[in-house]
Order: sequence, then structure tokens, then C-alpha cells
Amino acid sequence: MSRHKIVRTMNLADELDDFDGEDDYYGEEDEGMSPADKARMADGLKRVREVIGSDVPSLTDEKIEETLWYYYFDVERSITYLLNQVGATEKKKQKKPVVPEPKAPTQKAAIKAKQAFDVPSPDDVVIAAQSQSKGISKSSKGEKAGSNTTASIQKGVEALKVGDTAEKPTLPKIPRNKIDVVAEYEKSKSKRKENANLVVIGHVDAGKSTLMGRLLYDSGVVDERTIQKYKQEAEKIGKSSFALAWVLDQTGEERARGVTIDIAVNAFETERGRFTILDAPGHRDFIPNMIAGAAQADFAVLVIDSSPGEFEAGFNVRGQTKEHALLVRSMGVQRIIVAVNKLDLMHWDQDRFDEIKQQMSQFLTTAGFQPKNVSFVPCSGLTGDNIVRKPADGLISWYSGPTLVEELETAKPVIKAIEKPLRMTIADVYRGGVINPVTISGRIEVGNVQVGDTIVAIPGDEKAIVKGIEVDNQTAEWAVAGNNVQLHLANIEMEHLKIGDVICQADNPLVPLKEFEAKILAFEGLTPMMIDIHRGRLNASGRITKLVATLDKGNGSVTKKKPRHIGPGSLAVVNIAVTGAPLPLEKGSKIVLRADGLTVAAGVVE
Amino acid sequence: MRLIKQQVERDGSGTVTLYPEEPEDMWHAFNLIRVGDTLRASAVRRIVSESSTGSTSSTRVHMNLTITVDKVDFDSQAGQLHINGRISEENKYVKIGAHHTLDLELNRNFTVGKAEWDSVSLGVVREACDPAEKAEIGAVVLHEGLANVCLITEHMTVLRQRIDVSIPRKRTGSVTAFEKSMEKFYDTIYQSILRHLPISNLKVVLLASPGFLAESLQKYIFAEAVKTDNKTVMGAKPKFVTVHCSTGHVHALNEVLKSPAVIARLADTKYAKETKAMESFFKMMQTDEDRAWYGPKEVERAIEKGAVSTLLVSNSLFRSNNMQERRRYVRMVEDVKASGAGEVMILSSIHESGVRLDGLGGVAAILLFPLQDLDESDEEQDETEEGNEDNENL
Repeated sequence: MSRHKIVRTMNLADELDDFDGEDDYYGEEDEGMSPADKARMADGLKRVREVIGSDVPSLTDEKIEETLWYYYFDVERSITYLLNQVGATEKKKQKKPVVPEPKAPTQKAAIKAKQAFDVPSPDDVVIAAQSQSKGISKSSKGEKAGSNTTASIQKGVEALKVGDTAEKPTLPKIPRNKIDVVAEYEKSKSKRKENANLVVIGHVDAGKSTLMGRLLYDSGVVDERTIQKYKQEAEKIGKSSFALAWVLDQTGEERARGVTIDIAVNAFETERGRFTILDAPGHRDFIPNMIAGAAQADFAVLVIDSSPGEFEAGFNVRGQTKEHALLVRSMGVQRIIVAVNKLDLMHWDQDRFDEIKQQMSQFLTTAGFQPKNVSFVPCSGLTGDNIVRKPADGLISWYSGPTLVEELETAKPVIKAIEKPLRMTIADVYRGGVINPVTISGRIEVGNVQVGDTIVAIPGDEKAIVKGIEVDNQTAEWAVAGNNVQLHLANIEMEHLKIGDVICQADNPLVPLKEFEAKILAFEGLTPMMIDIHRGRLNASGRITKLVATLDKGNGSVTKKKPRHIGPGSLAVVNIAVTGAPLPLEKGSKIVLRADGLTVAAGVVE
Repeated sequence: MRLIKQQVERDGSGTVTLYPEEPEDMWHAFNLIRVGDTLRASAVRRIVSESSTGSTSSTRVHMNLTITVDKVDFDSQAGQLHINGRISEENKYVKIGAHHTLDLELNRNFTVGKAEWDSVSLGVVREACDPAEKAEIGAVVLHEGLANVCLITEHMTVLRQRIDVSIPRKRTGSVTAFEKSMEKFYDTIYQSILRHLPISNLKVVLLASPGFLAESLQKYIFAEAVKTDNKTVMGAKPKFVTVHCSTGHVHALNEVLKSPAVIARLADTKYAKETKAMESFFKMMQTDEDRAWYGPKEVERAIEKGAVSTLLVSNSLFRSNNMQERRRYVRMVEDVKASGAGEVMILSSIHESGVRLDGLGGVAAILLFPLQDLDESDEEQDETEEGNEDNENL
């Protein structure tokens, strides 16, 4: 079939309708397959053949390969398509097979048509020649499949279109495969273990890091040798009980002082689920870091030191047990597991456990946790009892419930809106190695992203292209809301990316705000005052400019307009002005306000 | 500043001649000179003369010019004051009505003429000429990735440099990137301190941060000073004090200046008093809501009832171009003073405590006894509040 014929069979109106102005930029030079793709092709071909068998005459290897290309190595979909088509031809119904009419090829044809009229550059000539020869070989195949002439021509065109789709559409640098991420996600759901993020919170020295270090050690993430090394080093500076915490506390400062300063991220896997641990610092000075961790969490593990006086210290007005619990709740965490730690020091005393349980339940209920979402587990991080392994027989005779890990497994990750426009707060920017000079990490809050997407970091208007994606340290083609990802970026310098910026699709960015209204729950008394605005890693300075109204907690109606002071515990609407550059916030963003080292309010941008 | 000559008539009009000696005096002048005043100061003006043949030549001529002020512009970073106006006294080079911008210079007299010298203006003159010992301090507030290097003088807080860098977080298995960039961060701060803070003139240099950053920075500074053999820094070792604060933003200075370690050293300085006064206002707000009021209308009502024990006013209010507005605040100040029971504090709007007060509308009061319902709102109040917000931006 010659080229002018393609042009003739083309319906101009359709072309114009379909044209969305994007595919125009895709070059056509990428005819060949990369070695990796070739390997996948061979593999895919084998698998298709296994299912369909080799006795179907109309199904040539080439045809399968084309289909595989079209669905980008998705074997299942390719098989369904091929079987449909074979069924159609064998029934000889002379009907067009139910091919999902692809958009791209017709546009390709349009481009080619354009090229035919323009004076082609030498490169174009070569490319055109290549695609033409390919087209011819495909159309001959098509004829084999068809029975009468008109049908065969139709078929030929059809096959050609499929063949053309195989030309991998490419951006200047990185190919974008136009994966329907939502559909892919639905399909892969059953196969994968769900990943859930858990933030570990609690008062300083409650043993959060040690507990998590123990968990990682007992579940085999950290090997015996590393632990031995840590033990020796810790003993050297006289802090042998900190060895397990060193798994997470890795900087010199943290180890020397025995205090977690920043969030440590680690992952482990059980038979039933995958978990990402965000070990938060307990010290009140590092609450901004804790907020960053809590913003990425699906549920929380609240660690409580049960030793005499310590629980009370963490639980009083200025203790972090309360502040942390309130913070995670106001950031949307609903499920909380209370790990009553250091019970070995209390000789596994049931009365102590019950006392803590009773006080905590009461508090957590008032903080807004539903009783069914709160559970209590007695354990000891140092000895490892009732964390991964069941405690020795008779040690906790009064407790027969699940271990900490079993309790974690019951927690379901929160369902995220993956169809919405992409939003991801940058948690870290770093050099990912020689091949990936710019890498960012974070958790996708809503939406999805795939290789080849153009993104923009707000505030700022520098665009970047996603060169590669890693989900939980495994290379992936796409990622959706809830995934912890590392994005390798191209076409951008590290200076343009800041921790706390929000990543959006370039065609659907959010508009940064300089001034906004927020509905807040006050924890402390508020007047117009200077505050720190926190959202995930974002930490900016701002000012409450106006107290708009206080609201009724029950029905949200206005109780007092323009109050001059908002008392602790009341619900209110305030205006906030940002001191520096505009912030990447939008309606519905959850924010935390702090002043003088205290969390004064938490709320939502209106 | 030195007072050279003061000629104020009984009706309040008159002139005052002043001699500025240091950059801070420009701040006082900024608070003194308002639109409509006359100002006489030395100036350099380019004079173009045309010869009989039509060719022109220009010469620069030093002269004293008197202008009627149209606009006052203060650059706190450079400590310079630019005053726009029209010539009001003719001389042989310039005509009346010609525009001129006077840049006040140090060590050169200037004369301010006002139609009305009120108690607040005279107060500014008195304060400016008070030879009390000056206590300047340097302060660095920081958290991971953000540092503000500030110079705090008696009447001003000047942000000399803001350092904002992105620091990679610790990651499993690799903390080198984090530690390396922290080192670099400290070095940037150290260099900035050397460049922007006159260490030998300062009373104290505060390093404030949450957690252990300030201590690490102090360690770094002295290690570096020893390495580079910097005698000034090594000699000033006792001046460096680490203080705890909760964030690295500039407004953390409020927290820094009220910490016991700082108060012990700086108890009798003006800014320490101001910080303390603001602090007690906010504390009162939490404990006894009805004894702490803010906003012009409310405070005015409290003054009428003779209930004010401490009146806090930001000096940004007295810079208002609206004469009536200004008179209103002057009256408030005078009333409280006259009552005998109250104390008046005029806070500098470029100290952090003043910024805080400006956030409340620029005026606040702590009362002797609780009063309720001072805020019965009416439409008029809205307007004045709106007006104040504009002033804050000065």
C-alpha cells in the first residue's frame, strides 16, 4: 500500500477531532527497540504462545509482537485482544475486528501527510522509508488474515495502524508510554501486598527508636553483624542500651546525644503486608520533623514508657504524648496503636498496663479517635517480647492478644484518590548517583505519576521530566497516591527544588498562596500573632492577621464574629498572611500552626 | 545625636536643629520628620548655566536647602534616609517649588520645622539625644537549613543576612550528604557573621536554635577561628552565648530576648524592656482576658475609664501622614501620662516586639482592673482597623 492511499483513506474531520496538540512533539526516530525491550518482547511472545497455542494460522509471531507493543508488554491484555480478533476472523463475519481505535496512529498519519507536502529533510526521508517498508510488510500480513479484497484492504489499514502505534512515542529525551495508571493500578491490586506507612510517635525517651530497631532486627531487615557492631560501638561510649536505636539514629549527633533528631525511614515486610516505618523524634524541639513524618502516615504507633513516673511525665500538659497524638489526629490519621513499652521494667504488671490503657483511652477519645480504631499492645523494645515474637510462655499470662506486628497487619492503608491531579510534597532532594544527579523523594498524596511526565515544583515554575521512578526502592513505570517514591528527574537543577515544595503535573499546577483563610482548632489561646506554618516538610513563617469568627463545634455555625481572642479548644476561622514567598497550599491542605515551641492550632486551608 | 538648637514657641510651632552621629540616628530622624514639615539640610545640586553663546555648562554646588517634605523613605539596611520635597526658601541657584531629594548625612546638622511639636515628637528628640550607654548585640537564629543573621541596636533590629539552603535529610545507609551539607551550612553562617557583625563592638553575640544546632555552630566557629587564626573571634569568645528557641525564623528573636540568660545580660536595655512588656501583655491575655485589650477603639475606651496600667504603642502609628490620626494617638499617650497611674511604652516598630504589636493594630494596653465589653463593635471601628493595617507596612 502506498502512502498517498493512506492519506486518501483518512477522514479529515476525524483527524481534526482527535488532534489534541500533544503528540505532535513526539519524534519518530525511535524505530528500533532497546535490548531490554527486545528481551521483554521475547518473553511476552513466549507467554502468549503458551496460552493461545501455535496452531492458530492467522496469528503470526509478528502480529503478536505488534499487539504486545501496543499494550506495552501487558500479556493479559494482548491475549484478550488477539483472541477477540482471531475469533472475529474465523467466524468470517467480514466485520471489522473490535480493535480499540487508537488515537495516535491517525495522527501519525496526519503528520506523515504533512511531511509528504513539506520538503523532507534527509533524516525524514530515511524515517519515512523505514515506516513505509514496515507498513507494507504489515499490510501483506493483513491480507493473509482477510478473505475478500475490500476487507483485506480495510484490514491492512487496521494492521498498519496497530503497527504504527508500535513506534514508541518519545519526548525529546524520555519516552512516555501513556499508561492508563488508574487501570493498571486496579489490575495489579490483587497481586501486590499493600504498602502502609506508619509513624512512630511518643514522648522523648519512650523507646520509639529502640522499639523500631528491634522490630527491624527481629524481622530480618537488619542483620546480626550490624547489630553486633552497633552494640560494641555503643558500649564504647557507655550507651549499650541504645544499640538497637542506632539502626534508625544514624547521624553522629543523634548517636552521641542518644536522641532522634530527624525522621528515619525504613521498610519491612511480613507475610501479609508491607510497612514503611517513619520513626519520629520525640524531643519537643524537633516536632517540625515529626510533623513531616506524620504527614506521610496512614496510621500511628504511639509508644508509651510505662516505667514509674515516665508515663506521667509524657502525659502531662507539656509532654509530647498528648501533643503528638493530637497532631497525628489533626493531620488525618484515624487508626492508632498504643505500644505500652518497657513493661519488662514493671515485671509485666497488669495493673500498670490497665491503668495506662484506661487513661489513654479516655484521652484518645476526647482527641477524636474512635474507640474501635484504638488498640493497646504490651511490649518491651529492649527484650523484644511481644513485638515480632510471642513472649515466652507465662511471661504475660494476662495477655493473649496479638503481638505488635500482628496488630499492624490488621491496619488497612487509607484509600487515596489516585485519579486526581498529582500532588506530592518533597521530603528530600539529593543526588541519587552518577546516572541520576537529581532525585527527590516523598509520598504521593493524591494522583499518579509515570515515567516521562512533565512536572513542576510549586512555588517556582521550573519544569522537569520524570526520568525514572522507584517505588519502595524498586524500579517502576508508574506510581500512585500512597506510594513512597523516589523520582529521578531530568532537565532541572537541584537549586530549583526545595524540601517542602509540592510537585504537580505541569499542566495542572496549584497556585501558591500569599494570604489565605483557614478553619482551625486552637490548642492554645490565639490572638493576631506571629506563627510558624507547617505542612509536611514545609516550615514557613507567617502571621495571623485577623480572627474572623469562632464556630460552634457541633454544627459549625458562627458563635462570635471578630473575636479578639480565641480560647484553647475552640474552633475558629482566621486569616493568615505569609511573611516570605507564597506557599504551595490549596483548599483542603492540612496545616499545623506553631508559636514559641508549642503547637497552637491545626486546621485546613479554606 | 546631639541637640544643637531648640526653638519651640508657646503655640507648639518651631524648629529643632540636630547633629546626627551614628546610623541609628537616621532611624530617629525617620520617626521625627513627617510630610508637611520643613527640613533644612546641606545638599549638593547640579546647576546648569547657559552662557551667552548658548552653550551649557553644569557645576555641582554645595548649599543649604530648605524643603517642605513630600515623602520620607528609610532604608534600614544601609541606615539611610531620603527625603523628597519642594524647595520652600529660594536662593540664587534654585527657585521655590523646585523638587529636591535630601539625603541626610552623618555629622552634618539638619533643622526640622514643625507647625506643632507635640509631646511625642519632643519625646523622640529627647530619646535620640540621650547619651545612655549603647548596647548592640548580634544574633543568629537558625534551624536546619535556615539562618538569620541580625544586628540588634537600641532602637532597631536589622536583618543583615538570611541564609536559606536545602539540606538533604538523613537516609538509610547514607548520612554523608547530610553531614557534608551541614558543615557547609555552618561555614556560610560563620562567613556571614564575620562580614556582617562588628564583633568587637558588640556586647554579646547570641546563637539561638532548637535542639543542638547552636552549640554545634559555636563549636564550629571557634574551631574555624583557631584554624584561620582569627584573633578577633577568639578574643570575643566570652561574648558568644547559645540560647534555646523553637524555630529559626526571625520572629524567634522574641523568644530569644526573653530567655533568662539574655535578660541577665541585657536587663536595662530598651529592647529587653519592650520584649518583656509585650510578653506580659500576652501572658495577661491568657490568664485574665479582661485585663488585656488591643485595638485603638478598645484601648481608648479603657483610657477613658482610667484603667490603663501600661500602654504599648508602636511608633509606626506616629509616622501616620494623617494629622488627625496622629493626634488621636498622641492624646492617648498624654492622657495615660496625665492620669499618673499608667506607664507608656513607645515600641520601635522594627524590633520584633514592635512587629508583634503591629500585628495587633499597633496599640495595646494592660489594665489595672478587668473591664468587659470594650469591643462592642460598630462600623467605625472597622475603618480605623483597616487604616492601621496599612501603616504597619511602613
